[in-house]
Amino acid sequence: MAKAPKLPVHQILDENGELLKGASVPDMPKEDIVDLFKTILKVRVIDSRMFKMQRQGRIAFYMATQGEEATHVGTAYALKPQDWMFPQYREHGAAFVRGLTLQQFINQIFGNSGDLNKGRQMPMHWGSRNLNLVTISSPLGTQIPQCAGAAYAMKIKKKDSVALAFFGEGTTSEGDFHAGLNFAGVYKAPAIFFCRNNGWAISTPFHRQTAAENIAVKAVAYGIEGVRVDGNDLFAVIDIVRQARERAVKGNGPTLIEALTYRLSSHSTSDDPSAYRSEEKDDGPWKLKEPAVRLRKFLGNQGLWSMKEEQDWEKACEKELLDAIKVAENTPKPEMDALFEDIFDELPWNLREQKNQLITFLKNEGKR
Amino acid sequence: MPIMNMIEAINNALHLSFERDPDVVAFGEDSGYYGGVFRATKGLQEKYGTERCFDAPICEQGIAGFAFGLALYGLKPVAEIQFSDYMYPAFDQIVNEIAKSRYRSGGQWPVPMVIRTPYGGGINGGLYHSQSPESFYTHAPGIKIVIPSDPYEAKGLLLASIKDQNPVLFFEPKKIYRSSKADVPTDYYEIPISKARIAKEGSQVTLIGWGAIHHVNMDAAKLAEKEGISVEVIDLRTIIPYDIETLDASVKKTGRCVIVHEAPRTSGFGAELSATLHERNMLHLHAPIQRMTGWDTHYPFSFDYEYYPNPKRILWAIKQTLEF
Repeated sequence: MAKAPKLPVHQILDENGELLKGASVPDMPKEDIVDLFKTILKVRVIDSRMFKMQRQGRIAFYMATQGEEATHVGTAYALKPQDWMFPQYREHGAAFVRGLTLQQFINQIFGNSGDLNKGRQMPMHWGSRNLNLVTISSPLGTQIPQCAGAAYAMKIKKKDSVALAFFGEGTTSEGDFHAGLNFAGVYKAPAIFFCRNNGWAISTPFHRQTAAENIAVKAVAYGIEGVRVDGNDLFAVIDIVRQARERAVKGNGPTLIEALTYRLSSHSTSDDPSAYRSEEKDDGPWKLKEPAVRLRKFLGNQGLWSMKEEQDWEKACEKELLDAIKVAENTPKPEMDALFEDIFDELPWNLREQKNQLITFLKNEGKR
Repeated sequence: MPIMNMIEAINNALHLSFERDPDVVAFGEDSGYYGGVFRATKGLQEKYGTERCFDAPICEQGIAGFAFGLALYGLKPVAEIQFSDYMYPAFDQIVNEIAKSRYRSGGQWPVPMVIRTPYGGGINGGLYHSQSPESFYTHAPGIKIVIPSDPYEAKGLLLASIKDQNPVLFFEPKKIYRSSKADVPTDYYEIPISKARIAKEGSQVTLIGWGAIHHVNMDAAKLAEKEGISVEVIDLRTIIPYDIETLDASVKKTGRCVIVHEAPRTSGFGAELSATLHERNMLHLHAPIQRMTGWDTHYPFSFDYEYYPNPKRILWAIKQTLEF
């Protein structure tokens, strides 16, 4: 068996919230560290509330990101506004850092007329052209060659920007992972492939997904840079994404980042992890090293954060969220026209006829 | 006006597009340095550089996904899939991504692009170099499907497809890549998408086809004329969204219709056309609409004559509608 190169795991902030010897916080204002921590806490408040809402039957579906927040919050912070992100579905922290409003996010979940997608997709499929957040689709990995293509377009248009795709370690088994990394490697596209290795693809653990020692080594075969990072260490994530960005815009090609993290939540509201993993044995150790625990300690030690502030902030988040939910619940669903629009730029004859058929039916039913 | 074959006309259209719009790029397996195995992209890399015309790794899903990314960022990709028989690895990218992007994002992320691909039989290609897979893609809302029948048509329809604001699958009848020749203006011109062409007027039977089959239909119409049967021949040109007005008017006029395609009959696009024309024109029809198509088999290497619809077989179907 071929020996894979040893790849170190980049770390700055250890599991006790202490900086590693010789390591330093990436260049960033202190307020930003606090802001990113607050975003992580906010995502938790949202996740917890939305999960309950799904159980109450008020929303159809939800996917939480508990434990993985640093991977996407940190990544979005390290990128520039002109950089494109191709999310998979468990990266809403990145959306908030980039500027998606909570109301937009909640409207998407409700599929109401305030939803940028016009009520066409199930929850957790947000996106915004204005924010360079490519709208999420459910198939796994399709965004990876797409990201390579967008990055190549940036390259030939000589833009100071990169395209980044998020995905999980399960998705690296898809053909599109191979396609995307191979294309990006051949064309030296300014792309970043960010793998959240959270240990679980629904119920399938890492070792049943691949016999490879880790995900980052796969980069070697594509002739691109492969790096590993502690995905629960916000500082290390920011640092490694900045390095990858620098490499990309300088014309030195794409990077595959493997962020080691853990999905503390279930896969989605339709999933029951107790059927395939032990909360104590599997989840337990990761609960101790999740990103919020470390940051809380770090910021506390620096005198930048207190439990009182945390309680106030969580209360404020809860209020903002409940307000947003109220607005979303009272926002009507999109006009029926939205059912037929955007198949093409114009309605062809068959869609015009089918739309009229539906209108007639609805009228007969007294629903229009 | 120079005489061009279909490949030359397509190549000419691509050169004109590159010249007029710096955002047009072309790529595919062997498309760059070599200019494509059929030479459709010949000279583009030489003239416009490796950034705009380039070779792709052998990976159809990669080609389609990469084109998606290029289109999102505002380029106008004209991707080539070397044979439409090999497009299935890209099926997910085409059906789940390219076709749906505009819709699922509420119109935020359209992906106008062209995917060119040679298709069809009659070339001794057997199962994997002869398929006509157009109907698979007709079931995915959001993709236009265009199929030219000669060099003049190919150039005008390709230029219109490149300018279109939607994804277009452009199926090229490789059987007539070189054998079909026509006067083709060197200047830019477009043939509108979704407009069928009445290639020959007639009064008794409407004969509908596309691509290489159109020429077989013209030959069948000649045979029919010899027997005193007047046939109207329609080159459909655009499969999705097709020109229902022209079809309706012709079928209303003739009261009879035969639809011809190379693909297997079951769930071939002839089935859709037949159902729709029956629904809309029942009281004008003198006979059930007939389909003369490839059989519900795979494309057989040693039975090309038996498989591929020929003028006599089409005449036979025409007569069935007359004798009903």
